[in-house]
Amino acid sequence: MRATDFIIPCFIAMVAAAGLIRKEDVFAEFIEGARDSLKSGISVLPPLIALITAIGMFKASGALDVLTGALLPVAALLGFPGECLPLALIRPISGSGALAVFETILTDVSPDSFAGRTASVILGSTETTFYTIAVYFGVTKIKKTRQAVAASLISDITGFIFSALTVRLFFG
Amino acid sequence: MMKWVFSALLIISVIFGALEGKIAAVSEAALKSSVEAVELFLYLIGGMCMWGGLMRVAEKTKLTELTAKLFRPAAKKLFKGLDLNGGAFNAICMNFTANLLGLGNAATPLGLEAMRRLEAEESPGDTASRNMVIFIILNTASVTLLPATAAAIRMKHGSAAPMEILPAVWVTSFLSLAAGLAAAFALDGRGKGGGKDGER
Repeated sequence: MRATDFIIPCFIAMVAAAGLIRKEDVFAEFIEGARDSLKSGISVLPPLIALITAIGMFKASGALDVLTGALLPVAALLGFPGECLPLALIRPISGSGALAVFETILTDVSPDSFAGRTASVILGSTETTFYTIAVYFGVTKIKKTRQAVAASLISDITGFIFSALTVRLFFG
Repeated sequence: MMKWVFSALLIISVIFGALEGKIAAVSEAALKSSVEAVELFLYLIGGMCMWGGLMRVAEKTKLTELTAKLFRPAAKKLFKGLDLNGGAFNAICMNFTANLLGLGNAATPLGLEAMRRLEAEESPGDTASRNMVIFIILNTASVTLLPATAAAIRMKHGSAAPMEILPAVWVTSFLSLAAGLAAAFALDGRGKGGGKDGER
């Protein structure tokens, strides 16, 4: 039994208990929230189809292996698994693209391998940086974003490097 | 941006496939991948709805407001010169909390609200204010407690423990946020000695 096995079930039970204490209709609210997620979630499917097809073709052509191979020396220098490089490249640009690449990686390597775990940590701990910056500044009249892009990318790169390091640390 | 990435992937695939003699495999991938995309979506949508439902119940118990209170002291140090009872500061705290709890549906509207309020309260003209840049980094660094999507895809591929990545995700998120904030302070000509706040 792992300590992390307790987190999810205990959290779920706590939310239900807190809802009952607050006299909320726990079931009806759950259904309403799930319905909202279904509506917004369905919008993920079209970009997912586009990008999984594009990345599937890219991989089948052998181009993905060549790209990864070319970047391997950089990865080795940073102690970063080569399989995760395409994920690091697409992560700041496209959320659906990152999902598509993550899916491809886990088809090739076990999710419980070093590369599989590192890819999981990357997906869990980084964000679609360029998209976020575009949408957030998009509602304002700001034209000059100053150090926002540079600092966000430094944060992303730090995340990529430490995803491999923390996996080594926690899983030996 | 995405039109270039998408088109480049498709065109390079065909050229590479033809040169490497793998065009049959490329053709097969083109026809089969859409089915894989739907399969992946089916794995994800269940979890998305489950968490969406659960987090709506959590919202009703004022979880977001309570957690936002915990974030206020740290936010006071990060965001200088804001009215602590104002709309911008409040929206920033609520947005950070929504991200932390994985409430994507709630986080984005709150984030946009925070940007509009920051613009109204600081009237920075066409150049981003220091507080705006810090707020952007809080969002792009993605600090989240439950990486539900990553866990769902790990489960699809038969992971023995889909959530075992939690501690690694927390440490990595925190360090990447710290690095982003430190970089923002370092690159900010006017942010004298602000670097230490970024480490917190």
